Amino acid sequence: MSSRTLGRSAGVTNPRGPAGGAGRKPPATQRVFGKNPLGALLSAPYLLFVALVFAYPLIFAVYMSLHDYFFSAPGATVDRPFVGIDNYVEALTDPEVLRSFLNVGVFLIINVPLTVVLSIVLATALNRVVHLRAFLRVSFYVPYVTASVAVVGVWLFMFSGGGLINTVLGPIAPDPSWLINPTLAMPTIALFVTWKQLGFFILLYLAALQNVPNELYESASTDGAGPVRSFFSVTVPGVRPATVLVLVLATITGANLFTEPYLLTGGGGPNGASTSPVFLMYQQGLQQGKPGFAAAIGVVLVIVVLIIALLQNRFAGGKEQ
Amino acid sequence: MQRRTRIAATATAAVALLALTACSGGGGGGGGASDAVSARGDITIWYSNNEQEVAWGKAMVEAWNAENPDEQVTGQEIPAGKSSEEVIGAAITAGTAPCLVFNTAPSAVGQFQKQGGLVDLASFEDGASYIEERSGESAAQYEAPDGGYFQMPWKSNPVMIFYNKDMFATAGLDPENPELSTYDDFLATSRTLVESGAAPFAINPAPTSEFFQTQFDFLPLFAAETGGMGLVEDGKATFAGDEGIAVAEFWKTLYDEGLSGREQYQGDAFADGEAAMAIVGPWAVSVYQDAVNWGAVPVPTSDGTAPEDTYTFSDAKNVGLYSACENQATAWDVLKFATSEEQDGQLLELTGQMPLRANLPDTYPDYFEANPAYTQFGDQAARTVEVPAGSNTVEMLQDLRDAYTRAVISGEGDLEEALTAAAEKVDALAEEG
Repeated sequence: MSSRTLGRSAGVTNPRGPAGGAGRKPPATQRVFGKNPLGALLSAPYLLFVALVFAYPLIFAVYMSLHDYFFSAPGATVDRPFVGIDNYVEALTDPEVLRSFLNVGVFLIINVPLTVVLSIVLATALNRVVHLRAFLRVSFYVPYVTASVAVVGVWLFMFSGGGLINTVLGPIAPDPSWLINPTLAMPTIALFVTWKQLGFFILLYLAALQNVPNELYESASTDGAGPVRSFFSVTVPGVRPATVLVLVLATITGANLFTEPYLLTGGGGPNGASTSPVFLMYQQGLQQGKPGFAAAIGVVLVIVVLIIALLQNRFAGGKEQ
Repeated sequence: MQRRTRIAATATAAVALLALTACSGGGGGGGGASDAVSARGDITIWYSNNEQEVAWGKAMVEAWNAENPDEQVTGQEIPAGKSSEEVIGAAITAGTAPCLVFNTAPSAVGQFQKQGGLVDLASFEDGASYIEERSGESAAQYEAPDGGYFQMPWKSNPVMIFYNKDMFATAGLDPENPELSTYDDFLATSRTLVESGAAPFAINPAPTSEFFQTQFDFLPLFAAETGGMGLVEDGKATFAGDEGIAVAEFWKTLYDEGLSGREQYQGDAFADGEAAMAIVGPWAVSVYQDAVNWGAVPVPTSDGTAPEDTYTFSDAKNVGLYSACENQATAWDVLKFATSEEQDGQLLELTGQMPLRANLPDTYPDYFEANPAYTQFGDQAARTVEVPAGSNTVEMLQDLRDAYTRAVISGEGDLEEALTAAAEKVDALAEEG
């Protein structure tokens, strides 16, 4: 902590390094590209990538959301009038849109904590496993790399009315069944996504666990801490940066939920109970030819996700952030 | 810090420039469009990717190319995507649409037209007359609301009730003359099928929320009940009236009594023996012929309608001539060639789908004599109803579907109120045009 502060102070005191005199004007190339032009050059491809693949579509989405926009053939003369915030007003007063945000909220409340807890626990366990380590790691990772279309088929088989789960549950099986039950459809999807993505998040935690010094566990043990105490006092704080990353990534991917409502519940069913904002964007923007309205939903979603990510970073990141 | 600011400022400026460049794109005149109408040369066409239509498409292209060495056609299957409509829509936006697509859904035509992606076939000298002469009275359903033809009515798959004769026999029902013409008969037959254990479900249309599913449960029966009325007539939704409510009540009874499944079946319920009946068109004949001992009857109505008077949904697929085409004169000639009496006969022979041609049974008497299973579909093809025209078709169908899944399939809320609310939304969309 103190060395970091010292470093910052040093940087402020002598920003141009030993060669930089306070009264001398730096050369033009340095003014444009900074002290290390090679660094700017090396980072340029990624900056370009970010600009083209992330920033440009986002700015264009904002532009679309402010117009009565629709996709047209090149050269076609079409009218796309500026409509101000009409699309936003329509989106924020549309019960279907609000329902979709509520649905995805339910999804995130289940999915994100479950993902964090399961992945950190399983990663810790996998980190200590001696036998079958590779097999177990691959087993958790397989669902993540398997196409959703394929695993959705398995889950449909398991969670259908006459499927495996209901057969096991017998008389206590829910009626209507999981995926056509308005109350259970979204939690079932949240469970599915948690299971499917767990392998990736376990991998992040496994990487983070390698950076937790063994000495800390030894010290904890010397102080009389058992495995549970060590987990909460050493492992959890030790992988905090990974936890923030998992929280943010799980929130972002969860907020972009599309494939599962599209395939698992047959188009956001039952009765819109599993419609997500992104699925609604697909319906409105691509199927119904209203990309301006869809873009407004998308921009609202981006803002909501950014706020959540900010809060996660603020509260889960701790002082190190 | 300063360097960061500079880089950020540079990146922001670049992005803003890109955005502005993009924002200014897409406008302008359609220079060269008039030249394209009279231009001739090689063209590309897309056709559907099912085995039978691929065989027809290849044969048609081969026949054209043999006679027209200077105007060669390249045929290919429509690229894979979530749906053909989305692939075509993306191709229109990118300017990469082919000249002709032999798989253009009528529900998507309004949007394609709004995108500036389609050529008005009536702009060709013999365009309107050719379409009207070939398709007869049916052609009117494919005319754009503001005039012109942005699609060539090509083929239909008039939807009927397929039933499994073996299951009917197992249930003690007459497999040759099943009682399925009135709602009461249909429900009684359905109850017998399920209660006897002959089939888990009587009929099992997809209970999912996609807009197009409306075309395979509510719409065919609504067309039959109303004697050929569309979902929207004269700019007003028609489905919230007595006939629409009767149709919805009929389906609701099937779901409420467990005669139809509320859960999506993975696979083909009819072929797998999960349901004793299905509501499909003649494309299914070749699919079911070896799997099911089937029969077919017209869709039911509340009081029972004679087969020769029963209407249904067309499930048509048409042909669009796309504005990205550089040799539109050739494309129009290919389109006429592909929809000629000879090629329509080939289509019928290879696919069993009904060309949207007036007097179909009289035009191909030999085919229907040799293939009696298709005769009733050939007859039914003369009485079909299409989805509403215009750029809001999909949204209209989605609004109806949302009300239907809630009030009919799930049985939530008041059915009449749900249909009325959907009709009000559709009215507003119809007013937009």
